[in-house]
Amino acid sequence: MSKGVLYDATKCIGCRACQVACKQWNELPAVATTNTGTYENPPKMDAYTFTRIHFTETEYNGKFRWVFNKLQCMHCEHPACVEACIVGALEKRSDGPVTYDDSKCIGCRYCQVACPFGIPNFEWDKPIPWIRKCTFCADRQGAGLKPACVTACPTGALKFGERDDLIAEARERIAAVPGRYVDHIYGEKEVGGTSWLYLSPVPFEQLGFASHSSEPVTVNAARAMGAVPPVLLGVAAVMTGIYWLTKRRQKISQTEDSDKEKTGVTK
Amino acid sequence: MIQQKRAFPWGISVLTILVILGIIPIIIRYINGLGAVSNLSDGRPWGFWISFDLYCGVALAAGGFTLAGWVYLFNREKYHAVARPAVLTAFLGYTLVILALLVDLGQPWYIWHAMIYWNIRSPLFEVAICVMTYTAVLALEFSPAVFEGLSKSNLPVVRRFNWHIPLRVIRTIQIPLVIAGVVLSTLHQSSLGSMLLMMPETLHPLWYTPILPILFLTSAIAVGPAMVIFETTLSSRVFGHKLPMDILSGLGRAIPYILGVYLLLKLMDLTATGETGLIFTAYPQNLLWWGEIIIGVILPLILFSMPSVRHSGRGVFWSAVLVVLGLVFNRFNVSMLALAMRPGFAYFPHWMEVAISVALVADALLVIWLAYRFLPMTHSEEVVEMNVQ
Repeated sequence: MSKGVLYDATKCIGCRACQVACKQWNELPAVATTNTGTYENPPKMDAYTFTRIHFTETEYNGKFRWVFNKLQCMHCEHPACVEACIVGALEKRSDGPVTYDDSKCIGCRYCQVACPFGIPNFEWDKPIPWIRKCTFCADRQGAGLKPACVTACPTGALKFGERDDLIAEARERIAAVPGRYVDHIYGEKEVGGTSWLYLSPVPFEQLGFASHSSEPVTVNAARAMGAVPPVLLGVAAVMTGIYWLTKRRQKISQTEDSDKEKTGVTK
Repeated sequence: MIQQKRAFPWGISVLTILVILGIIPIIIRYINGLGAVSNLSDGRPWGFWISFDLYCGVALAAGGFTLAGWVYLFNREKYHAVARPAVLTAFLGYTLVILALLVDLGQPWYIWHAMIYWNIRSPLFEVAICVMTYTAVLALEFSPAVFEGLSKSNLPVVRRFNWHIPLRVIRTIQIPLVIAGVVLSTLHQSSLGSMLLMMPETLHPLWYTPILPILFLTSAIAVGPAMVIFETTLSSRVFGHKLPMDILSGLGRAIPYILGVYLLLKLMDLTATGETGLIFTAYPQNLLWWGEIIIGVILPLILFSMPSVRHSGRGVFWSAVLVVLGLVFNRFNVSMLALAMRPGFAYFPHWMEVAISVALVADALLVIWLAYRFLPMTHSEEVVEMNVQ
């Protein structure tokens, strides 16, 4: 069964305890930042920041809203990074997490380019750099614990559980109080579904969520890769055929030429 | 004195200086990490190196398989004289790609992981396998020139080896090698397009299409002969050879057909997805699209169709330059300019990124110069064959 987390933006108070818990569990160093005029900090995710709370001031239905949303790896059901990785260092586990294996990675950064959510980050400042991203606390999950961020959340904005159950619960929450949420569970269908699911009181575009189609981003690449064996055999066969034909034609014309010469001589 | 000067012309000194200038940033990169020599970031993880060295480098090496196939499989003897230089440039192009990757990869010392940890679903894995095998094929395809050169070496010690034995082995497998080269190139050129198929959400719809691999292959086939025209003209000027006009205009005649197919595919694809309007509305990306289409497709298509252009050395050369520029423009568009960055990031290549790429190209030019000086580049196979018999 596949695990997931349901993030409810109406319950989040923007305390960023999840950020701190994440840094502590993953032993990530603090990053020096400057005040950018918002409560958001650090301003960007990087190889040392796997999650952060994004603050949005926006207007919806004629009312001013201050909405928070948590950013981290979405742990896609059909992850582009896993398909992209040249050495298979990234893996989608059947229980949910997309994990990364240091011992295979060669640092090509295709995962970074391929990710539709812009999540994997790279240690640009190190001579021996790795890719870093949220692990969904696969290690904690293996020990029967919840992810660190979920454990730290004081308001229950983060709920860990079976993905299917969480989707059902999200539907119930939307139905229970009309007008509290927009009728959309982000991550249920986006790019073929993600382990992390979101509920929001305002349309997700207003929070800066990309409006992705429900088709996995890997579909066309997978189709192209499937065509490789037939193309390989086809081109080899056609080229051999062409070579055979041209050689044959050359031989025929040569013998014709020499025949002509012979007849010319005898005459 | 005069002879010495000729042996080491100023152009070679410039190239040598460029190579040395490029080595310094490479050293810094290995000590302080990629961030120290590049403006690459999490928002733009692939930059100038991937666009120029990998995407353009591979496409511009297409002269190798197009010419080798045309000469040995389609049996067009006329073009034999330019096949060998084309194969050498292709080989150097691929070596350049590998060298650039040794700089660009985060952990180049693990590059061999690609050979033991296979992810057969990854387009990049296909790219890696093709680069490795095709570089080996190109080396073998070019090796007769080296063996011939060695068998005629000034040093008696070197000459004494039986160079005709490896030569004969390569000759026997020459046709399978050429076929392998065409197959690998077909896969490889197209797989660079497949790599971008993973980015339907970030690559602009003017370029993103499921037929991207086919477009990549077609444009590479078109740029192959253009590159050969370009190189042949330059090398004949540098080494004072006579311009083989017959060959060049012959190559020029083929280009409009391939470009025509390419243009047709591109337009049909936009029509099929109903995105034709984007070429007028999607400002500013549509300017990039028009740029690559006009420079690299429409103009050369018209120019190469005119016999007067095809029969003038200058006409053929500059039309070929347009094809090459258009292709470079296209590859930069798909791999950088039309590929959306993560929000909040900006990218312009650092001078050290450019310096490293320039050094690698200078490196390749030096090797080409050496090859022209010391190896039989055009037509000496017959001579050697007679010697052997």
